[in-house]
Amino acid sequence: MRLDTDPYLGRYADRVRGMSASEIRALFAVVSRPEIVSFAGGQPAVEALDMGVIEDIAARVIRDQGATALQYGGGQGHAGLREQLVEVMRAEGVPGHADDLVVTVGGQQALELVTKCFVNPGDVVVAEGPTYVGGLGALSSHQADVRHVPMDEHGMQVDLLPDLLDRLDAEGRTVKFVYTIPNFQNPAGVSMSLERRRALVEIAEQRDLLILEDNPYGLLDFEGRTLPSLAELAPERVIYVSTMSKTFAPGARIGWVAAPRPVRDKITLLREAGDLCQSNLTQLVVERWLAETPWRDQVKRFREIYRERASALLGALDEHAPDGVTWNVPVGGFYVWVELPPGLHSGDLLAKAINHRVAYVPGRGFYADGGGSSHLRLCYSFPTPERIVEGIQRFGELLHEELELVRAVYGDTPPT
Amino acid sequence: MGLHVAVLSGGISLEREVSLRSGSRVADALSDRGHEVSRLDLDAQLVGRLAELEPDVVFLALHGSAGEDGTVQSMLEVLEVPYTGPDVLASSLAWNKPIAQGLYARAGCTVPPGVRLSQQAFRELGAAATLHRVAEELGLPLVVKPATGGSSLGITFVSDVTELAPAVLGAFSYADTVLLEQAVDGTEVAVSVLDGKPLPAVEIEPPDGVYDFAARYTPGSTSFHVPARLPDDVLEACARTATTAYEAIGARHISRADMVVDAAGVPWLLELDTCPGLTDTSLLPLAAAAAGIDFGALCERIVELALAGRA
Repeated sequence: MRLDTDPYLGRYADRVRGMSASEIRALFAVVSRPEIVSFAGGQPAVEALDMGVIEDIAARVIRDQGATALQYGGGQGHAGLREQLVEVMRAEGVPGHADDLVVTVGGQQALELVTKCFVNPGDVVVAEGPTYVGGLGALSSHQADVRHVPMDEHGMQVDLLPDLLDRLDAEGRTVKFVYTIPNFQNPAGVSMSLERRRALVEIAEQRDLLILEDNPYGLLDFEGRTLPSLAELAPERVIYVSTMSKTFAPGARIGWVAAPRPVRDKITLLREAGDLCQSNLTQLVVERWLAETPWRDQVKRFREIYRERASALLGALDEHAPDGVTWNVPVGGFYVWVELPPGLHSGDLLAKAINHRVAYVPGRGFYADGGGSSHLRLCYSFPTPERIVEGIQRFGELLHEELELVRAVYGDTPPT
Repeated sequence: MGLHVAVLSGGISLEREVSLRSGSRVADALSDRGHEVSRLDLDAQLVGRLAELEPDVVFLALHGSAGEDGTVQSMLEVLEVPYTGPDVLASSLAWNKPIAQGLYARAGCTVPPGVRLSQQAFRELGAAATLHRVAEELGLPLVVKPATGGSSLGITFVSDVTELAPAVLGAFSYADTVLLEQAVDGTEVAVSVLDGKPLPAVEIEPPDGVYDFAARYTPGSTSFHVPARLPDDVLEACARTATTAYEAIGARHISRADMVVDAAGVPWLLELDTCPGLTDTSLLPLAAAAAGIDFGALCERIVELALAGRA
């Protein structure tokens, strides 16, 4: 007798066929334990918010606007919040109007909706390599064929893009859009230089490309600087996504997409088909938080926290990481992208790291093509500086031990 | 009669996720059958919580270190709380695969020839120079696996000698000692044992020929056949291997023997799991179901066995 552990198997849509249990994901079940210093999840330092102020706002929303807060809303999102989000966009260097926006459940839903709007199974999307794992998740759930453009310290190597586009042309493939996180990229931690932003926009004009600009970390430059956004440089070619998850709190689940009007209409319809509307309750809370509190000061406070944590991490890496390990020096955002010496495999090493009570995200999750095995991402946004130093000390010990073991196991034939 | 059962799962082991899945399923099944269930994680509060709850019995849905190696069992002995699965000694023996394999071989089971290599052997004794020789003697393909732990974590099939060093390093991430074993070609079979008696053999047909983590825990990914599509005498040999190993290690209540049956019909014992998985895709529940024991009845039977041992 043949046994089915999943009697629904024959009924699933093609898009879920590749979805399977993963060893790495299973290991992450341990990471949330308090014994482990986790540099894995990109959790913002929400403890830095003034909870009393939010409590007061929430109470007033219920008292003054309870019937609205607890009712269905429109698919495009609450108009008053959209007005406020335009102000946030202005701070991010992006011009726009409230009517260009669709409020979404975090930036993630925006990425998913844009993908759903443009990508048929097998369509090509070009993305930085590495790129945001959640972006890859949204793309792969719609069966996109993701092609990577490598990065360096100035962001996407835009000069390599025309070659890739030529190759795709030769294959008869069209590119639906270029997905990029130009500021403090997740996971590489670097920003695209102004020169490259201009070059990318120029290529987009020449080759008639659409750009999906994802900007969760744009306000988190440690010095408060901003570079011109792609949306500012080429408004008709860019769909812009941002979020309140890093400037306020991810638990509010407020993100948005700003798009040219025809695209905005389609995205509104798709969102209504998917989940009808955003929670009015959290929209009203965030609207008031933006309208009534000095939120720019709060963002400044976040920046200072992250600068302090980045500095703790970088100092500890300098002290404890063995020779041959390299990383970027972030000037904003959440991430340090680490390259390991030959012979060290970030995926294989994770189990040992957890046994050393420290965790990171292995590089492979940030590539659609199997790359990244010698890289890993460290996120410094959540642990305190003291915990960061403790964690990096463990991480350094782990790498020293592993390098010694690599030399011992490879013997006379060193790995390449 | 309704019992108070404490289901232990989770912990800080690398198999936490699998353990939590087993634990949820066991807890739901026992509570559906009218028992009072308390779910506990393995942490610093555990002893205090057990003293406070005073359960009739502890159900160990634990996988990986601490839960399977005798650590928890030893503490439960001190607390004098009955628990499911093997005692401290059997747990410690079964946890160490090289020792356990030796015991199974002594008891008459056929086990794949293998070599154990510790990190120390590489660091201090120059074991790297022996890797080629091991490959020559055992022959390729080889299986490289951590000497402790389950859920097929850290296991690599090596078909080319250049893949050996990375595979050994990968397995060292999970344990200080690795086992290099001859890969046996044939039909993969698991025989679970319930209270000393074999359940029907389950044949495993993984999607790409490799029963790895994804194949184990993605429902529908692997095909199972119960009983295994093998001649009766071979099925009997498989059952004998499973019960022999169960007795050799001193297992209790349940176990699962993983084996490969070669072309000549010989079952090669790969390992014995004394805390077998109880997830939706696990083999012991499939085998029990084929024997007419549904999951709730299976959990209840395991609990009864743990209590009977104390009577």
